[in-house]
Amino acid sequence: MNYGPLVFLAAFFGLAVSWFGAVLAPQIQIGRLQQETNMVNRAELYPLSKPGLARQGRDVYRAEGCASCHTDQVGQTGTVCDVVLTDTGTNHTALIETLIKSGLGRSNPGQFLSQLPKTIRQGMTKDQADLLARALKSAGAKAQIQIVPTGPDIARGWGKRRTVAQDYIYDEPVLLGSLRVGPDLANAGVRLPDRNWHLRHLYSPRVEVKGSLMPPYRYLFKLRKTGRQPSPDALQLPEAFAPPAGFEVVPTPEAGALVAYLLSLRADAVLFETPMTAPSALATTPGAPAK
Amino acid sequence: MMDCPSQSPSPAAGPDTAPVDASCRAPLFVLFSGAALWLVLASLCSLIASIKFHSPDFLAGCAWLTYGRVRAVATDAQTYGFAMQAALGAALWIIARLVGNRVAQPGLIAFGGILWNLGVLVGVTGILAGDGTGFENFEMPRYAALLLFLAYLVIALWTVLTLRGRRQAGLDPSQWFLLAALFWFPWIHSTATLLLTVCPVRGVMQSVVAWWYSANLNGVWFGLTGLAILFYLLPRLTDRTLHSRHLALFAFWTLILFGSWSGIPAGAPVPAWMPALSAVATVLTIVPALAVAVNVFQTTGCPCCRTKGIPPGSFLAVGTVSFVLGGFLRAAGAVPQISAVTRFTWFTVAQSQLAAYGFVGMTLFGAVYYIVPQVAGMEWPCRRSVRAHFWLATGGILLCVAPLAIGGVLQGLKLNNDQVVFMDVTQSTLLFLRISTLGELALVIGNLLLAVNLVRLAARYSRTHFAPAWKSAMAELEPAEVKP
Repeated sequence: MNYGPLVFLAAFFGLAVSWFGAVLAPQIQIGRLQQETNMVNRAELYPLSKPGLARQGRDVYRAEGCASCHTDQVGQTGTVCDVVLTDTGTNHTALIETLIKSGLGRSNPGQFLSQLPKTIRQGMTKDQADLLARALKSAGAKAQIQIVPTGPDIARGWGKRRTVAQDYIYDEPVLLGSLRVGPDLANAGVRLPDRNWHLRHLYSPRVEVKGSLMPPYRYLFKLRKTGRQPSPDALQLPEAFAPPAGFEVVPTPEAGALVAYLLSLRADAVLFETPMTAPSALATTPGAPAK
Repeated sequence: MMDCPSQSPSPAAGPDTAPVDASCRAPLFVLFSGAALWLVLASLCSLIASIKFHSPDFLAGCAWLTYGRVRAVATDAQTYGFAMQAALGAALWIIARLVGNRVAQPGLIAFGGILWNLGVLVGVTGILAGDGTGFENFEMPRYAALLLFLAYLVIALWTVLTLRGRRQAGLDPSQWFLLAALFWFPWIHSTATLLLTVCPVRGVMQSVVAWWYSANLNGVWFGLTGLAILFYLLPRLTDRTLHSRHLALFAFWTLILFGSWSGIPAGAPVPAWMPALSAVATVLTIVPALAVAVNVFQTTGCPCCRTKGIPPGSFLAVGTVSFVLGGFLRAAGAVPQISAVTRFTWFTVAQSQLAAYGFVGMTLFGAVYYIVPQVAGMEWPCRRSVRAHFWLATGGILLCVAPLAIGGVLQGLKLNNDQVVFMDVTQSTLLFLRISTLGELALVIGNLLLAVNLVRLAARYSRTHFAPAWKSAMAELEPAEVKP
């Protein structure tokens, strides 16, 4: 390493290897993801591009640096299987025998025969669930195995499943965030669908969440004299936070866009890379076994 | 305690270094004074952001001072304004000194420095006005990134050209590190600019590029320049030679090979091989950290005891310890079982602060305190404030890093326990965040001391060098005007 060109070559080699492996290879794999009919049991395209107002809102989200306190990604530690009984068949004696054999319903086996579909066992591994489902099938009943993602994020209700590359293909920029001073927002639109809640929360976070550390974003709102009729957009604030009499607080277009963006955040489509049983699929099951 | 630092510049200063130092004077004045200015501004922004955890309403009415923007400015002013700028200055001086050549175009490099400061100014204003890119460590908008890139090319190119026609046969280990670093930045910065802001890649690929950039900047670029300074200054401060060139070479290779692959956090929404590979690489960055630890220890003995009396030395000792400790923290944070707890918490912030303030910051302070008196040819006006800065900086770093690391681990444990309500998780971190505000305050005061000392030195320099020249020039002019 006694010559300048040699050091230069070494650095070139080191950086080139890293560039090809850590930039180019990922780009080849995930850089060209397309909208796909990737949803399980449905032929809808996913993801859909966000509406224009939400896209403007993402610019506000970026400009205000919301991502320095909020993440937009949900993790999961694994999946478990639930077994759902959908049809008891005709041989109830054999079914109850099977249920008792697999350690279920020893006290009151009859409870499983009503109110179908019924989840009879939760949190099993895939093999256990398969075994139980097969046993039920041989007793003439029909059972469904549901795949349920697990993990603290899921348990907190921040999402139904982990987020994957496919969820972000239309985001520009992608604002994943790295610190959770505030809660995760990957499914903000699902969890908190109320537009007025978001507006009040932005104007004065502690109106909605006691003890919140979020700074207020009053500059995204206008304080103005109430006209002949109060504006329909004006925030309904509690006494302590309300503007003086004769004034009203109305959101600026930026605040409206930001809320539209927050409401557009949802990552709950069922994809092949994140196996789970969709809640909507559950709702349709009652009709299915009737055939 | 106050009487020792006078001898510090002596070991390397021979009679032949004077022209080299003189040729560095103009560029170093621009780079170091700019760096000190941004340093103060960065720590002020960091303090403002930290105070917002005491009262979220603090300065919340102004869009330009909202938390997200101020936090981004604090990071970027610290990284680009202070650290990179001071490191470029130190790199120039070390290369010129080792080669024994005058700097080829000091005026051009000084111009590059001014351009760099302009770029940082434009970038920081852009972020405050809401034009930030949203990518961590790369918040500067496109137009500012372009200015920075051009300025860097000017500075780096003519720094490398200083090597031409060198008299000594081989290259010193610090020169390997510096040459590699000078080459590293244009590549990673142009990649990030092109793929993130000019024609953005699709989806999470943007995050992959941003992680790659920030690992290469914080891990590799600052690793290379910081180690170059340590390997150059520590032997000279302690009157020894570097223990082993081979070990330095080993550290060099392992740092560029492993450091450049790290950065993608576990659990990121990307195909699993990327975070897995990145975790392996990050754990392996312990190897260069250990190699450096052994090399420095064998060179100087215990760096803390040997460099005790010499202020630049004590800064460098803290820098070395932070580098090794930070390497271990980073590696620990990459182990899947630990990262499941620490990711998304203040632990990651603590770890990056230890790297940015503890290793990079302290090493650069040491370099500035060592280099400036030699280049200016005069001692620091206030030696006591150098010592005060050392203690304030060390205390400040401890008060920032330790509470955030502990608070982060507790926060992570609570985040992973879904029985704890989220608001309780957040509230439980408050105590630690508020302690760290004290650390930020100490850092601000320390940084002000450095800036004031630098200003006083510049004033004294201009009094002794420019005032007589100005007077004589005026004296020559006056009769010329009177005569006709």
